[in-house]
Amino acid sequence: MPPMNVVVTVKQIPDPAEPGSLEGDNTLNRSGKLILDEADSYGVEMALQLVAAAGSGEVTLVSVTANGEVSGLRSALAMGADKAVLVSDDAIAGSDALGTAKVLAAAIGRVEGVDLVLCAVEASDGYTGTVAAQLSELLGLNSATFAKHVEIADGKVKVQRQTEAGFDEVVTSLPALVSVTAGVVEPRYPSFKGIMAAKNKPVDQVTLADLGLDASQVGWGGARQTITAVTPAPAREAGEKIVDEGDAHEKIVAFLEELKVI
Amino acid sequence: MTVSKIWVHAEALDGKVSTITLELLAKARELGDTVEAFYGGADAEAIAATLGAHGATTVHATGDLGGTLLGVPVAAALAAKVAAGAGPDAFLFGTTPDGRDIAGRLSAKIDRPLLSNNVELDVADGKLVATTPVFGGTVNVTTTFAGDGPAIVLARPKSFAAAESGGGAAAVQALDVPADALGGTTIVERHVEESTGPKLDEAAVVVSGGRGLGEADKYEMIETLAKLLHGAPGASRAIVDAGWVPYAYQVGQTGKVVKPTVYMACGISGATQHLVGMKGSKNIIAINKDEEAPIFGVADLGIVGDVHKVLPKLIEALQSRS
Ligand SMILES: Cc1cc2nc3c(=O)[nH]c(=O)nc-3n(C[C@H](O)[C@H](O)[C@H](O)COP(=O)(O)OP(=O)(O)OC[C@H]3O[C@@H](n4cnc5c(N)ncnc54)[C@H](O)[C@@H]3O)c2cc1C
Repeated sequence: MPPMNVVVTVKQIPDPAEPGSLEGDNTLNRSGKLILDEADSYGVEMALQLVAAAGSGEVTLVSVTANGEVSGLRSALAMGADKAVLVSDDAIAGSDALGTAKVLAAAIGRVEGVDLVLCAVEASDGYTGTVAAQLSELLGLNSATFAKHVEIADGKVKVQRQTEAGFDEVVTSLPALVSVTAGVVEPRYPSFKGIMAAKNKPVDQVTLADLGLDASQVGWGGARQTITAVTPAPAREAGEKIVDEGDAHEKIVAFLEELKVI
Repeated sequence: MTVSKIWVHAEALDGKVSTITLELLAKARELGDTVEAFYGGADAEAIAATLGAHGATTVHATGDLGGTLLGVPVAAALAAKVAAGAGPDAFLFGTTPDGRDIAGRLSAKIDRPLLSNNVELDVADGKLVATTPVFGGTVNVTTTFAGDGPAIVLARPKSFAAAESGGGAAAVQALDVPADALGGTTIVERHVEESTGPKLDEAAVVVSGGRGLGEADKYEMIETLAKLLHGAPGASRAIVDAGWVPYAYQVGQTGKVVKPTVYMACGISGATQHLVGMKGSKNIIAINKDEEAPIFGVADLGIVGDVHKVLPKLIEALQSRS
């Protein structure tokens, strides 16, 4: 089998278990510890498995941040990825999905001989869910999106693509971009050896200027959109709560009757 | 205030227009003077009557795409219209797999931002304004477009009510696809996984099960109950990821949005990502053995109890009535 070189886009995000907040300029507060977006751990695992199946090749991570953060990248390197490109630049703050895709596309351009780009369907914090499509367009790649199963053979990728009604079997030729859903594979936990090795793996840190990108294309200016209001959503009131004493089903039946559902 | 022309992405399965398309058409009529649809596929004639009855005067249709996945060809065709000055002021998509593929590629092609996951749309100062829930639906962020060029907006299903306009069939017009946009990624086979009975996002009653059911076999209780209530069975992501039920059953941020008359959550904790998909339901019943479970915070009737005790009795009680 020919070698398989896979790029995985990974996002470093605030821990979703912690309550999120917005900064004064309405960007997401990213001041706490950032972690590897769980949604991206599936792509990392998928890449590791595909390279292992091909017998040779490399897994390269590409990440975009405004503040030089690497802790999430190290987690993915600890899983087994070979190296990373980290684009870090103050001007990136405020970037929207298209701005992010432009930076990712330029960064992926630095990686040689890419056969496959893997993205998550959507990030856990922003979940615009369009970066994969934007990135494939910018890279001029075929794409198979929303994959819940991925197979590679004879230079082709075959994917089970989730749809509203079920899934479609979709085929495209390499090089290509595939976006994967959570659950496509079971991500491994980094081993102690992996964590130690990750510390010395190469992280190529670059700025927008290194990528030949103009700061006006990204960040707030590049986003060409203005947040006009941030308001608390109306909360739903809780109703009656009872402890089952063996007759809770009667309560439910009475409630359904009252609603004329039965 | 309105914008002049809006194009709505029409989606259909087996000649039946999807509900999200009808919801978008209804909203588009409030926002735009002229509402038209665009469609990737060969059977536009079959859906033109429905699209027209919901307010689209025209449907721009690509015709047969030979199985090509919609993103590339439809985005290329729309970008060509924009380049020729024949595009609309705004493109409206559902937050669906095809909607995201086309909108994303279009955004990159015409270099315009997009706003995704919206639940409300308005017009202010002649520009579209979109509202997106963040942090599990606890905060709404309202955003407007800046700069020249069409707006690209994606809205979540169930954000707007579908409504007929009484219009006649939409006129079918050709939407030309550049030849090099065909054949890149092709669909070789379609699989429909939805259960029989009412569709999850259209049912008046949804009965969902979560990890609290304990094991895959116990999901049968959910199906039985859904059937007895003429509803649809749903699921939390935990049991979809565990492979108990297909993804088509998932309710929540990364699954379907449902707004039934009654939503029953059985053994579901009520994580914010689940709540986003169901807290618009008219009435919510929750059964959970943990009295602190967050699902009780949105439940009209909360039962602190064991699903393995409550559900069999409830099923029996309902069976004895019919
Ligand atoms: C980016 C992202 C997107 C996500 N999208 C979604 C989504 O779309 N939909 C979704 O559902 N989740 C989603 N999640 C996952 C979500 O955070 C939760 O992990 C998931 O909803 C939990 O499912 P659950 O309630 O079934 O399981 P758990 O959280 O494990 O809850 C099980 C519940 O069952 C109760 N229980 C246990 N035994 C019994 C019993 N015998 N009787 C009664 N109750 C019992 C427990 O008290 C507990 O409350 C997403 C997460 C992320 C990070």
